Amino acid sequence: MEVIFVLIAVSLVLAVSFLFLFFRAMKDGQFDDGVTPSIRILFENQPKKSNKDQPKKSKSYE
Amino acid sequence: MITPNSPEISTLCFHCGEKCDSSKIHFDDKDFCCQGCQLVYEVLAKNDLCDYYSLEAQPGKTQKNTNRSSIQFDYLDDEDVKSKLLDFQNERESHVTFFIPLIHCASCIWLLENLFKINASITSSRVDFIKKKIQIKFLHDKLSLKELVQLLSTLGYEPKINLSDLDKKSKPAIDRKTLTKLGVAGFCFGNMMLFSMPEYFSEVKLLGDGFKRLFDYLNVVLALPIVFYAASDYYVSAWNAVRQRRINMDVPIVLGIIAFFLYSLWEIFAMGNAGYMDSLGGLLFFLLLGKIYQQKTFATLEFDRDYKSYFPIAVTRMVQNREEVVPLVNLQVGDVILVRDEELIPADSLLLSDQAHIDYSFVTGEEVPVPKRKGELIYAGGRQKGNAILLTIQKSPSQGYLTDLWNNESFEKQDKKLLEPLANRISGVFTWTVLTIAVLAFFFWMGKDLNLAVKAFTTVLIVACPCALSMSTPFTLGNTLRIFGRGKFYLKNAAVVERLALVDTLVFDKTGTLTDPANASIHYEGEALSEESKSIIKAMVGRSTHPLSNRINLWLGQHPAAKLDQVEEKKGQGIWAVYKNQEVRLGSASFVGASENDFAPGGNLVFFQVEEVVLGYFHIQSGLRENADLVVKELAEDFSLHVLSGDHSHEEGSLKRALVPTIRFNFNQSPINKLDYLKRLNQKGANTLMVGDGLNDAGALQESMVGVAITDRVSHFSPASDAILDAESFGKIPSFLAFAKDSRKIIKASFGLSFLYNIVGISLAVQGLLSPVLCAILMPVSSISVVIFTTLATNLMGVRKGLIHLKAP
Repeated sequence: MEVIFVLIAVSLVLAVSFLFLFFRAMKDGQFDDGVTPSIRILFENQPKKSNKDQPKKSKSYE
Repeated sequence: MITPNSPEISTLCFHCGEKCDSSKIHFDDKDFCCQGCQLVYEVLAKNDLCDYYSLEAQPGKTQKNTNRSSIQFDYLDDEDVKSKLLDFQNERESHVTFFIPLIHCASCIWLLENLFKINASITSSRVDFIKKKIQIKFLHDKLSLKELVQLLSTLGYEPKINLSDLDKKSKPAIDRKTLTKLGVAGFCFGNMMLFSMPEYFSEVKLLGDGFKRLFDYLNVVLALPIVFYAASDYYVSAWNAVRQRRINMDVPIVLGIIAFFLYSLWEIFAMGNAGYMDSLGGLLFFLLLGKIYQQKTFATLEFDRDYKSYFPIAVTRMVQNREEVVPLVNLQVGDVILVRDEELIPADSLLLSDQAHIDYSFVTGEEVPVPKRKGELIYAGGRQKGNAILLTIQKSPSQGYLTDLWNNESFEKQDKKLLEPLANRISGVFTWTVLTIAVLAFFFWMGKDLNLAVKAFTTVLIVACPCALSMSTPFTLGNTLRIFGRGKFYLKNAAVVERLALVDTLVFDKTGTLTDPANASIHYEGEALSEESKSIIKAMVGRSTHPLSNRINLWLGQHPAAKLDQVEEKKGQGIWAVYKNQEVRLGSASFVGASENDFAPGGNLVFFQVEEVVLGYFHIQSGLRENADLVVKELAEDFSLHVLSGDHSHEEGSLKRALVPTIRFNFNQSPINKLDYLKRLNQKGANTLMVGDGLNDAGALQESMVGVAITDRVSHFSPASDAILDAESFGKIPSFLAFAKDSRKIIKASFGLSFLYNIVGISLAVQGLLSPVLCAILMPVSSISVVIFTTLATNLMGVRKGLIHLKAP
């Protein structure tokens, strides 16, 4: 049963690292604006080289 | 359905989606309504940004009515203005945040975040969609702030820069602290529950005693961040209250936390027991959750605006017949300024031009422009309609007739009319009762068993900790706030709900609040109008954007319009037209050569003249807002009603007849008079609610216990207030007030519920029967049941009051 001591240590380290990630996300401002990122994620990345004559249409995102 | 092939449907502008009339421009196989729209398209096409048009159809805004002068943004070169607007600056880069009202769709976000493709000096740009704000980082050596703003406005996204932007050097940081604390409390609470498992199942031997000791010590370690970090706000608030010899909700909470912590330490280290650390964690977690629930904000609304949010940052000053754009703060008394069409007059000044037409809708709510002659004084806050005018400044912008309001002492008070929340008053009684019980229990056991006496004393403090008590208020008020928000009544914060429940006196502004400019009553006097005359008038008013023209147009309904040979609008005077070789005039008394003094005062007169003969006139009075009479009648039963108006008293009779005779009317009220009137009511002990719409009501709104600003467009102009009401919800005012009273009753009922829990808990505690397991069950059950009760009760009341509409099955 002594393995539980190790497991407790592992679980605490894991939990603390999640807490640390939460702090970092908070500091980054990830919780400040909950709406814009949900729209932003739907934009397609444009290919680097684009055809000047025919602007690349983004595919529909439904 | 609009199909591109149907010829009878006029083509829509590819950029903004407005109908293209005769001046349509065909470019790159696309149609544009104006040069401006085409220009924006050209810029985007050149930079390969046409995705803008594929994300949403016709995302732009028409560029037809934008007449920019080349020096419009010159003030942005002023070092002082620049340093105040920038968020951050180093040797290379500058950061700036703009408010852009036009941001409305995915295309806007996409384009604004791809600005770097148009100008390489922009390193990044980020949009906050809800707040309609954009933060731009740019290299200031290659691109000046002025050029950046010019670029944005060429694209149609002109930032709105107001005088108040210069003020707040320290921008209010977003409240991340409470959320962080909640995260910490949640983390500790969750882990503590895990480590308390052996205690919960203490009947069953799961693990050896060695583990139990380790778990207890780990619980102590996890409790430290909760006690010393997550709970810190409560210590501060409780300490402040005690120092002022008051007891607020946080005092018993802090007492509970201290008792919990110290007693658990004693139990764990001295007695070798489990302690109550997990319950302590749960308490803080639920408390912080309630706090966040109550903090609902309407991010798009601003409740603290003063006149500076409306005034421009810069004005055009004339120096030796040369125009220059200067920051408003640098304006001196005696300066001559130029105010163009649709621009705001920033300071009380004398008119130098022959005449002006000033729209005071901002200030009073009346949108029919007032004609002014040379030499007349024009108050700040008016908007010029028509040609550019010259003015000389009489008073500095902060000292005018209107803006002087903000120098009044009412605006000095930080926390106006401090009303003790219900919870605080109850918690005073609560704290003393609990302390008495604890002391009594201590003395009762002292003779028999000192150990048990200490235990009874502390456990009473622990179990009576007002967990449920302190949760009922935030959850009830938070939920009320949400229900109000759904009914388009937006409160500044949760405390306003409690104040709203106590209101007994209602004060209304007249113009724009009780009356609605769009709901005008029109009488026509004179020779009856023939069908032909009506057609002519319809055609004439259709060409004008003047508010009176719009009202007559509405009054005529769907009447067919005649075809006029010639038509011309003389701004601020009237409309001149030729119909079948007859000269027709429609407009003011001076325009048709009549004397206005011959007619009844009140309202606006519009004369109809054919071939030099006045056939009759329209008498236009602003009518009551829809349902206003019903609302007032309903309110008159429970409240004492007052009406304040800046107008003359000629409408008193008709208003009294239309409304209720018991209303007290007060006419000729200046902004300061309105403020003083509210002050007098308050001194008499009335709990006042003021409903107003214009900047002239700002003082009264500030002085009243609850100030409600009413507006047609919620995100637009509204003076500083406690609540913003969408004009279409005006009819719901009685329901809102009744609902606020209900939510107060709900808070009281849930207090009763949590007292019940306390009685059970305390009766166990005084007998020294409380165990960690019992505590771990009792605490969350009482909190959660109170939360469920308040949520259900507020929603039920909301449905009953018609504020929540259940969807039909």
